[in-house]
Amino acid sequence: MPSLPIRHDVKMKIVTAVVKPFRLDDVKQALKDAGVTGMTVTEVRGFGRQGGHTETYRGAEYKIDFVPKVRVEIVTDDADADRVVDAIVAAAATGKIGDGKVWVTPVERLVRIRTGDEGTSAV
Amino acid sequence: MFNSGDTAWVLISAALVLFMTPGLAFFYGGMVRARHVLGMLMQNIFAMGIISVLWSAIGYSLAFGGNNSIIGDASHLFLSGLTDDGSIPTMAFVAFQMMFAVITPALITGATADRLRFGSYALFIAIWSVVVYAPVARWVWNADGWIYTMGSLDFAGGAAIHINAGVAALAVVMVIGPRKGHGVEPMPPHNLPFTVLGTGILWFGWIGFNAGSALAANGIAAQAVVNTHLAAAAGMLTWLLIERVKTGHATTLGAASGAVAGLVAVTPCAGFIGDASPLIIGAIAGALCYLSLGLKGRLKVDDSLDVIAVHLVGGLVGTVLLGFFADTSVNADGFDGMFFGGGGELLKDQIVAAVAVMAFSFTVTWLIAQAIQRTIGLRVSEGDELTGLDQSVHAESAYQA
Repeated sequence: MPSLPIRHDVKMKIVTAVVKPFRLDDVKQALKDAGVTGMTVTEVRGFGRQGGHTETYRGAEYKIDFVPKVRVEIVTDDADADRVVDAIVAAAATGKIGDGKVWVTPVERLVRIRTGDEGTSAV
Repeated sequence: MFNSGDTAWVLISAALVLFMTPGLAFFYGGMVRARHVLGMLMQNIFAMGIISVLWSAIGYSLAFGGNNSIIGDASHLFLSGLTDDGSIPTMAFVAFQMMFAVITPALITGATADRLRFGSYALFIAIWSVVVYAPVARWVWNADGWIYTMGSLDFAGGAAIHINAGVAALAVVMVIGPRKGHGVEPMPPHNLPFTVLGTGILWFGWIGFNAGSALAANGIAAQAVVNTHLAAAAGMLTWLLIERVKTGHATTLGAASGAVAGLVAVTPCAGFIGDASPLIIGAIAGALCYLSLGLKGRLKVDDSLDVIAVHLVGGLVGTVLLGFFADTSVNADGFDGMFFGGGGELLKDQIVAAVAVMAFSFTVTWLIAQAIQRTIGLRVSEGDELTGLDQSVHAESAYQA
């Protein structure tokens, strides 16, 4: 069996957060303050325990299941992952239901496309 | 000799009324789901194309040619043989009336949203404009038309336009059935800013619609401007008030809908009422139109954007209330309503006009819709409807992801 061309020695994580859209600017600033140099942001819709919400159009109530959220993704060195998570949690929290979630996933390989750099130097 | 002031005002009013159709497109377009918005915009602006051609070719002649009380003749096909005998060129009247003819069938598209085949829609409004709109316009506005000579009043189209299109909308949705998923999945408006924008355009254009119907730049036109505006304002307020009490929220869609309800109701009254009457009529329209929203549920039809509650009910409110509020001290060419010493004669004529237009328009519209449904079909396929009219019918997308 040929060996996989993937370097398994790198120690990186991807931190994914789904937060309330109006907290995004605070989350971004907190991450910059924590030394994060890049992130990817996507507008998403979904629901958790908060469920959806109710809207009223011409007297008729509509149950809207999917509420707008923002997904933030940051690739980070293993050592920094907890700090990144904590920064997001502190900045995104409003204390009300629907604040979202943050989770951490291992990253198998990372390449900077421009230079071909791999691993933590490409973060 | 033409009066240049009168002529200028009617020509400007024609432009104002023309602007209402794209306004209506956005009023409705904001309320449909995102994948059908181009379908809605297209159905509305397309009316500017096909109805204008038909109106010049045959519609105007059927509405305003000859001396018959029911239908015109072929004396003005392609706007030929026009003669001038008033303070404005007859061609100015033609232009103004053409814009009315354009917007009236477009009103129906709010009820049939998201599910009509485009070719079938084109055929439907073409036939409807000639077979339903032209005769009704004849009855109501031509000096020989039977509703006009009976003594019923319709300043700018409460019966000829709003009752007519509103009841036609009911007939068509009874034939085509509801949108897929109606009553099961939520179908909230996709862009209320469009709807508010459209409301502003409609409100603005309605100044020409109603005050232009004076066909002169005079005191009646000025009164109609004020009446139109005040009825819209009062309609907005009562709609919002009831909505706030019943649902807990005053909404932008409610403000837009209430204003349009007031505008619809004041349309037949605009040049015949004064004092507080436009406020009262607008306020009653805002309330009654809101309370009529449940009507479509009881009739078991999917009147998608509430053409029945706003245009049919609003048109009836204005047409009937004119029987109470008409005041000859405002316009000596009208009659006095019951509140202004006129007895019940005008009210009776108003009701006869409303019932006659409803009966004729509903019956003939239902027959046209059935005929198209049973031959080439009126609805898109289920798959096309789920995909959305924008992609399936027009091969376009309103919003590139």
